[in-house]
Amino acid sequence: MLNYTFHWRPAFNALPDMLWGALVSLQIAVLSMVIGVVLAVFLALGRQSNNKFLYGFSTGWVELARNTPALFQIYMTYFGLGSFGIHLDSYVALLAGIAFNNAGYLAETFRGGLRAIPHTQTRAARSLGMTAPQAFRLIVLPQMFRIVFYPMTNQMVWALLMTSLGVTVGLNTDLTGVTQDLNVRTFRTFEFFAIAAVIYYLLAKLITLSSRLFAWRLFRY
Amino acid sequence: MIELKDVQKNFGSLEVLKGVSLMVQKGEVLSVIGGSGSGKSTMLMCINGLEPIQGGQILVNGTDVHARGTDLNKLRQRIGIVFQQWNAFPHLTVLENVMLAPRKVLGKSKREAEEIAVKQLTHVGLGEKLKVYPSKLSGGQQQRMAIARALAMSPDYMLFDEVTSALDPQLVGEVLDTLKMLSEEGMTMILVTHEIRFARDVSDRVAFFHQGLIHEIGKPEQVIGNPQKPETIEFLKSVL
Repeated sequence: MLNYTFHWRPAFNALPDMLWGALVSLQIAVLSMVIGVVLAVFLALGRQSNNKFLYGFSTGWVELARNTPALFQIYMTYFGLGSFGIHLDSYVALLAGIAFNNAGYLAETFRGGLRAIPHTQTRAARSLGMTAPQAFRLIVLPQMFRIVFYPMTNQMVWALLMTSLGVTVGLNTDLTGVTQDLNVRTFRTFEFFAIAAVIYYLLAKLITLSSRLFAWRLFRY
Repeated sequence: MIELKDVQKNFGSLEVLKGVSLMVQKGEVLSVIGGSGSGKSTMLMCINGLEPIQGGQILVNGTDVHARGTDLNKLRQRIGIVFQQWNAFPHLTVLENVMLAPRKVLGKSKREAEEIAVKQLTHVGLGEKLKVYPSKLSGGQQQRMAIARALAMSPDYMLFDEVTSALDPQLVGEVLDTLKMLSEEGMTMILVTHEIRFARDVSDRVAFFHQGLIHEIGKPEQVIGNPQKPETIEFLKSVL
């Protein structure tokens, strides 16, 4: 019945290489979140702006990021920008694509979070003589991050899984890239990708658990 | 001195203040009474520029609050305001709540700001609650913290917007005691309040607001004890 013979030894021998790849994937995920969060704060503000250009720009970004495939977005940063003469290497293109996607999703999450904070908080801050940017930075933003913390964790997991799309723009240093290289050399497809799946799973769990720990330490109120 | 000259304020087509004139001297305690929606709270928001006005003029220490070019952030350092919903900053401890504005607005060092905050919090009876988050405090304690937070900016004036209205009855007393203490220390205060007996007790003058206008203003024994206008008599009958 089963005429496929499992060969786990070569797969396990390659484990160190795959773990290095996993580190690259994690690195891209973390960086794309840092960039995404910063951009999303500005996009969320833009979505509430009365300025037509800022509103249009941020709305366009959010619409594209949320309603087109992530693969398409990564193609755009690699091949799309390439056809305009801007050649990003695979790593940077993947990072930019995921950051674009993160920013779009997080902007909407942040906008919801901002709306959950009573306007009277800003009013109280302004009445103490704080400027509008001070009130936003010191009073509104910290409260927003607590509200959106768990949705942000989800996005982080999603960002990690999206890094596997790097293989489509020629990235071979991340976990999927390394696995794919091993696969074409040995044709032990099942074994390699099964191990990769377990590593992705464990990394995703690691993100969820560490964010819980982080929240417990950070949000004492 | 706070001076209002024929102040008019609308929310859209709704006229909230229809020409209010008023003068509050340094060291004076003025209570503002009147029914809901009579414009009392709105007047306070206009005095520190949180709400724009459509007509008239408001002068605080001679500065025109609503003039173009007035630095409202500077001006607001001189005017403390405490709201009905106490608006504690939930992500900061009691101490941090009070320290924040002296540090970030007045540019005090951490040590100085902490000294001021501890002094003000002790003053309002919260010296034991410094490291606690506001969610662990009762409404009355949160309101006293809000008072300490405003006082930490050492303002010339304190505006109180129905500060006991959202409190459980048994917590009202502790906040009123704090207000009384401030009035005895000579703080210039405008109190918008529904606590008529308290107003009578602490105020130098009382103003009765009705439909966006001051109908009567004068000593408490006069406005509350012996009102002249039918609206004032009607209102006092309904609340006392």
